[in-house]
Amino acid sequence: MLAFIIRRLLAVVPVLGIVAVFVFLMLRLTPGDPAAVIAGDNATGDQVEAIRAKLGLDEPILTQFFLWIGKVLQGDFGESYFFKKTVAELIVQRIEPTLALSTCAIIIAVSVAVPMGVIAAYKHGSLIDRVVMSFAVFGFSVPVFVIGYLLIYIFAIELQLLPVQGYRRFGEDIGLFLRHMILPSVTVSVIYIALIARITRTSILEVMNEDYIRTARAKGLRDVVVLMRHALRNAAVPILTVIGLGVAVLIGGAVVTESVYGLPGLGRLTVEAVLSRDYPTLQAVILLFSSIYVFINLAIDIGYTLLDPRIRY
Amino acid sequence: MTIHKSGLKALLAATAMGVVVAASAAASAQTLKVVMHSDLKIIDPIWTTAYIVRNHGYLIYDTLFSMDEKLEVKPQMVDKWDVSADKLIYTFTLRDGLEWHDGTPVTTADIIPSIRRWGAKDSMGQKLMSFTKDIKAVDAKTFQLILNEPYGLVLMSLGKPSSNVPFMMPKRVAEGDPNTQLSEPIGSGPFIFKRDEWKPGEKVVYLKNPKYKPRTEAASGLSGGKVVKLDRVEWIAMADLQTAVNAISAGEIDMIEVPPHDLLPVLAKDRNVKLFSANPLGNQYTFRFNTLQKPFDDPKVRQAVTYAFNQKDFLDAVIGDAKWYKECKAMFVCGSPLESTKGWEDRLSSNYNKARQLLAEAKYDGTPIVLMQSTDLQVLTNLAPVAKSHLERAGFKVDMQSMDWQTLVARRTKKDPATAGGWHAFLTSWVSADILNPVMAGFFNSACDKAMFGWPCDEQIEKLRDQFSRETDPAKQKALAEATQVRASEYPTHIHLGQWYAPVAMRANIDGMLAAPVPTFWNITKK
Repeated sequence: MLAFIIRRLLAVVPVLGIVAVFVFLMLRLTPGDPAAVIAGDNATGDQVEAIRAKLGLDEPILTQFFLWIGKVLQGDFGESYFFKKTVAELIVQRIEPTLALSTCAIIIAVSVAVPMGVIAAYKHGSLIDRVVMSFAVFGFSVPVFVIGYLLIYIFAIELQLLPVQGYRRFGEDIGLFLRHMILPSVTVSVIYIALIARITRTSILEVMNEDYIRTARAKGLRDVVVLMRHALRNAAVPILTVIGLGVAVLIGGAVVTESVYGLPGLGRLTVEAVLSRDYPTLQAVILLFSSIYVFINLAIDIGYTLLDPRIRY
Repeated sequence: MTIHKSGLKALLAATAMGVVVAASAAASAQTLKVVMHSDLKIIDPIWTTAYIVRNHGYLIYDTLFSMDEKLEVKPQMVDKWDVSADKLIYTFTLRDGLEWHDGTPVTTADIIPSIRRWGAKDSMGQKLMSFTKDIKAVDAKTFQLILNEPYGLVLMSLGKPSSNVPFMMPKRVAEGDPNTQLSEPIGSGPFIFKRDEWKPGEKVVYLKNPKYKPRTEAASGLSGGKVVKLDRVEWIAMADLQTAVNAISAGEIDMIEVPPHDLLPVLAKDRNVKLFSANPLGNQYTFRFNTLQKPFDDPKVRQAVTYAFNQKDFLDAVIGDAKWYKECKAMFVCGSPLESTKGWEDRLSSNYNKARQLLAEAKYDGTPIVLMQSTDLQVLTNLAPVAKSHLERAGFKVDMQSMDWQTLVARRTKKDPATAGGWHAFLTSWVSADILNPVMAGFFNSACDKAMFGWPCDEQIEKLRDQFSRETDPAKQKALAEATQVRASEYPTHIHLGQWYAPVAMRANIDGMLAAPVPTFWNITKK
């Protein structure tokens, strides 16, 4: 297992290398000029040129790449073109809302979706099954921002139970933190719930026809025990896979949700960096997201061995 | 035991009282929460012309002169000034009691490098500096601006209301490289920037400057007494304007600087929210030609466009409600001292026959016009399709290319042919305060390579602009501005497509916002 983890960690290096090259080239080949953005709409060509030279954007692309990658290898992601702050500082400042949103969304999604999927499978063909599946279709079909606005209208504007927008830090006031996290977390978790509930239902249905389930039932075990101990555990590998893959959906959802709820997280930082062509910030954030994705999938691969002793690396 | 109990009760009561007092003190602190048109990323108003940074500048810095609501330039940091009989030496004396936020006094040693730093970056500043022989301190409060020859725009330049505004900064800051962003945001203005609470993407915080000494005159536009009646102003970063509208309805914020026009009816219906047209001059939509590229290198083809367009169609497509726009052919803005329609009376009326006739005379060969459309800014998106429709009806072939604003901003600096990544035309919007005369209005600059993107090249316009800048008599200045406008109808550099207004949305308990081309936060009260 240790050898496997080391092998996978080493494999992360070329993956991130490819991501780094791809992101760098993609940004440089995209039209737009951060110097023109910084200079503002009324700036003259000379003003734009002066800023471009100051930022080193007048250097050849290869030179810019090697300068950047050299610094990245030393752990220096550079300074944002706009804020007088290092990219690392910006990320530290903005990571908490995104982590909070993702964690809350995963907790809500897993704790709602897995029971939903299990019940739907257990009551296969019943009204409950249809309701769960209808919710899943709804969750897949309705865009995140529509769900967000709908929830804001109902719970913040009409019922005035929760705030429309904003974020309170966990360390400042946990009550306010939770009040501000409820709507965004529910919003972003809807699609995630739909995804996990569907896979849970399908996986459970598949294993319910296996011989060992029949044997368990023949032994006189209660349905709950059969479902939770025998069916769910054997169906868990695809569910875990979907939870891992869903992190990408979560990251995409966070970008939209953070804008709708005014959360100052990494999703918003990404959008701002794209719109203003803040290359150093964007490169670092995409590398960070890629690393998170790679490491979550590594954790899930390790999780397989805990759920299914037959899996060995 | 009894003693202990009563002691405990007293302690609890005292604690509770303390909490109540602290809570009521916090509640009584007047905080204005505002969603501005953009998040503040850059803090140097000389380094960039971005309006959000200009607005930030007005909170923490002060200016030597400012423009009042009648567009007249009035002293601000300056107490008194005079000019020599030969109009070559301007002498300025600073007001008493001016202090930087760190408590040190404002002196001419700070003012002179501040003017020079601004003069190195701003186009009007550069023009002023080209006429300036020297700026010298007489004493700590008095300095002289010595000119090579008379210049008619000295006060207008120092009282320039919009980007780049000549904000005054301490010597150690002002002496920095104008091409490097300053790192110490310290001024002498009515608010203090709370740097430790500035969280980009979240909020910007300004505190009342308790040491600020406002002028005694009543506040008017950007001039007069900047009396701060709030303890704290917070700019809340909110990317989504629908969320901002929801937040103001729910009372979570107090003000939205620029609510979207399509949501104004929603806000107008809310009894807790009011709309205030704070900028009486508004903004001006503009169509910009690239005069380097065929067929727009021919003034006759550009004239054809001036006949093909009409302002109402553009304004209806974007603003919609006629309450928030005005058709205005004056190139120096309706409502300004230089307002005139001379040269443009018969233009902008969708006279397609005249446009086609001019195209025929110019032997237009059907070269497609590459029209850049920005799709991410709501106030601009619908302009290009209207332009395309009018151009096609006049006989042009149009290749409208959609892109985000930042791509457009980068592409418009390219002089390449339109078929090789260049462009023919795009549409934008100017804040009217930026285009009040031929020198200030950047699109009139017709100095060929030195002109703004579009690069018009016309000796007559340049001569008129130069004469305007040297003229000190307002009546003669107006005649020169009219002559410039007439010449711009013969040699079109750009076309104005109508004046529009963006009201500020604020909670009903907010009062005292001043009518000015820039949002002001002094004089405002929150009940």
